[in-house]
Amino acid sequence: MELRSRIPSGPLERKWEKHRFEMKLVNPANKRKYTVIVVGSGLAGASAAASMSELGYNVKCFCFQDSPRRAHSIAAQGGINAAKNYQNDGDSVYRLFYDTIKGGDFRSREANVHRLAEISVNIIDQCVAQGVPFAREYGGLLANRSFGGAQVSRTFYARGQTGQQLLLGAYQALEKEVSRGGVTMFPRTEMLDLVVVNGRARGIVTRNMVTGAIETHLADAVVLGTGGYANVFFLSTNAKGSNVTAIWRAHKRGAAFANPCFTQIHPTCIPVAGEHQSKLTLMSESLRNDGRVWVPKRREDCDKRPREIPEQDRDYYLERKYPSFGNLSPRDIASRAAKEVCDEGRGVGPGGRGVYLDFSDAIKRLGVERIAERYGNLFEMYQRITDENPYEVPMRIYPAAHYTMGGLWVDYNLMSTIPGLHVIGEANFSDHGANRLGASALMQGLADGYFVVPLTIGDYFGSNKLEAVSADDPAVRQTEQEVRARTERLLAVNGERTVSSIHRELGKIMWEYCGMARDESGLKQALELIPKLRDEFWHDVRIPGTGEELNQSLEHAGRVADFLELSELMCIDALHREESSGGHFRVEHQTPDGEALRHDDRYAYVAAWEYGGDGEPPVLHKEPLVFENVALSQRSYK
Amino acid sequence: MNLTLYVWRQPGPAAAGKLERYEARDISPDMSFLEMLDVVNEGLVESGQVPIAFDHDCREGICGSCGMMINGVAHGPMKGTATCQLHMRSFTDGATIHIEPWRARAFPVIKDLVVNRSALDRIIAAGGFITAPTGSAQDANNIPVPKQAADDAMDAAACIGCGACVAACPNGSASLFTAAKISHLGLLPQGQPERYRRAARMVAQMDAEGFGHCTLFGECQEACPKEISIDTIARMNRDYVVASLTAREEKVLGGVG
Repeated sequence: MELRSRIPSGPLERKWEKHRFEMKLVNPANKRKYTVIVVGSGLAGASAAASMSELGYNVKCFCFQDSPRRAHSIAAQGGINAAKNYQNDGDSVYRLFYDTIKGGDFRSREANVHRLAEISVNIIDQCVAQGVPFAREYGGLLANRSFGGAQVSRTFYARGQTGQQLLLGAYQALEKEVSRGGVTMFPRTEMLDLVVVNGRARGIVTRNMVTGAIETHLADAVVLGTGGYANVFFLSTNAKGSNVTAIWRAHKRGAAFANPCFTQIHPTCIPVAGEHQSKLTLMSESLRNDGRVWVPKRREDCDKRPREIPEQDRDYYLERKYPSFGNLSPRDIASRAAKEVCDEGRGVGPGGRGVYLDFSDAIKRLGVERIAERYGNLFEMYQRITDENPYEVPMRIYPAAHYTMGGLWVDYNLMSTIPGLHVIGEANFSDHGANRLGASALMQGLADGYFVVPLTIGDYFGSNKLEAVSADDPAVRQTEQEVRARTERLLAVNGERTVSSIHRELGKIMWEYCGMARDESGLKQALELIPKLRDEFWHDVRIPGTGEELNQSLEHAGRVADFLELSELMCIDALHREESSGGHFRVEHQTPDGEALRHDDRYAYVAAWEYGGDGEPPVLHKEPLVFENVALSQRSYK
Repeated sequence: MNLTLYVWRQPGPAAAGKLERYEARDISPDMSFLEMLDVVNEGLVESGQVPIAFDHDCREGICGSCGMMINGVAHGPMKGTATCQLHMRSFTDGATIHIEPWRARAFPVIKDLVVNRSALDRIIAAGGFITAPTGSAQDANNIPVPKQAADDAMDAAACIGCGACVAACPNGSASLFTAAKISHLGLLPQGQPERYRRAARMVAQMDAEGFGHCTLFGECQEACPKEISIDTIARMNRDYVVASLTAREEKVLGGVG
């Protein structure tokens, strides 16, 4: 396997422009001869499907939800970054680029990140034109807020529902193309495998989730916008259906998986309430604009009511440790700091796994109304879940698995190591390095979908001669046969354990050994436990019902089976990366004051893993990261 | 808490359905309604039965996947709350709860509590968008939008497309859903060029899908988890009437090139 990043030559700020000129084009009359499959209908998938259809390609778009509008991008709360510098506070494309590279702890590609920052401004224009109701000032112009890891206000938002509004914009553009006939939509349809013919991605095998029918769809190229894999932890902020299956099956067909251990633990989530917990709910990072994070200075105060603890007995630990960024320190740093104070026994709430996020100062300063206007829906959500009123008592929060920076390896064109297979949004590894900054996921999903892949896919078609593929091709038939056999095998196990119980157990292993802090012995322990659990799954899982009907246990089982394989690769990757960077914190590698310690001489590369075959270890390939514009430094938010 | 449930079980779209009785034992008041169903389902699987099928995904009240009639009320007793955000502390120990799918002609049952809501997507496809092809936009601040208009548009745009308005409506009307989108886009300057065409087409599609008419019962806004107001329906009706009075046949003319 060869990793060719295809980064254009020339100065950083001219690379994308130069590349757009050098890419091959497809004549408008010829575009309709090409069919593109898009899997996933979130920000990346929906925007890509709509934009490619507008260009003239035939698009088939697939999602497992009953409507493309329900993809998990809908749940993003806080905002989307763009280097508009509308606030006159010194922002620029270069500053957004630099903040993102630094926020990612110098483990992402300069060229990709710079392109992302350039495109960020077009995204806001596009979304406003579609009717996304961003927050406005009285003069009618766009409002901004601040987010973690930045000292400028560049985040655009629509109350606490920015992801929803951006997704509805993309969804509406998608439905516009559906009605025009450019896009055929396949809801309640799950991709179960990738069809590779003569080394090229030429289609997918799907399961109709209502009838159970296994079907093959052929195309000239496949685009995966299937999101991240944080549900490997069972408890995460992801939607229950979010899964790794599409990219994992593509990985097993030859797509390299990059930096699987780079996972983001979000600092502000509602803590676990009990064993019944089915998911964790995020409280937007934007709350840290006005909320102050603290725990009691003394352990013995932890059981007191927060209002009874006087100011001098509180430890505003983020403000103390990181005075210049304070409560807006990046996510990885804020999460680890919360874990640290809880490990010291100063956590609050049930089990001592929680810290306070306190709005009383902001309410005093701005009044209840202003706070309600900014965060009203988040406060309501918090109250509904916890039965506590955050206007009166501080919120209790704790970190939870939220986002995965790792994903399928892609080149500058967002194409994986399988020609014709493009990967966009959270599903690829490309822009966030070892840690993603807040309000950057929406930016990346839409950059990839609206502005990058619709162009680069034309370059792929223009540069390659694609032969016709028939449904009777032996490779096509075999893939479909393998999908059928796997489904039958799952149903045939007929053991004792429920799918959820095994998923929950896997989540505990991953959270314990491959979560916020990792070390060699823990990871080795996980690598013993995971294969055992996988074996147990294939011998003892119970899936009621049949394959020829709507069967939610079967759907879940297929996804958990893939998580049971991915989790092993995550631990292998975490074990091999003998440094701390961003969300990957190896306890053995820290500075004297407990910050992440990178080893740029040995690990300034992308770890791209090739599937080694069933039962065989994966093969590591390295893409060196070359920094021509920024100096690698120890990240400091102090 | 211990509860008695009567849950609608229907094996498939064409099969007959009926209410089945289940006991939910040792339920914590801190569980969400869906977590309570998870517990019941784990028990069903363990005892070799088929679990209750229900749509759900984000469990944060924003994706709009979940929704069921709980004691005859769409999304249950808590106002402005989707089923996934309803917690068991809203019920008393020993209570009996009836759980049924959305009931509407335009929402056929697929299985148990799962219904087909794709009619709502077709209403959006009929005109619920602003035509702004990728790349054609001007700078975002070139279009000032009065804050009030942006806020009102956002109130309407908060719709999650769950279908509770349809299920709650005695006529099975999708008026609140359709009106929310017509209002969201019609309130913004960007939405003006297609405003009346949009209203005419979306309303026509709503009728074609077999949804009933609005007779202003107002049940929809009571059931709406996002508390969208029926003022939007007044706006829709206004735009629809203007569209009907001013409609001209759309001409398709060739270019001059």
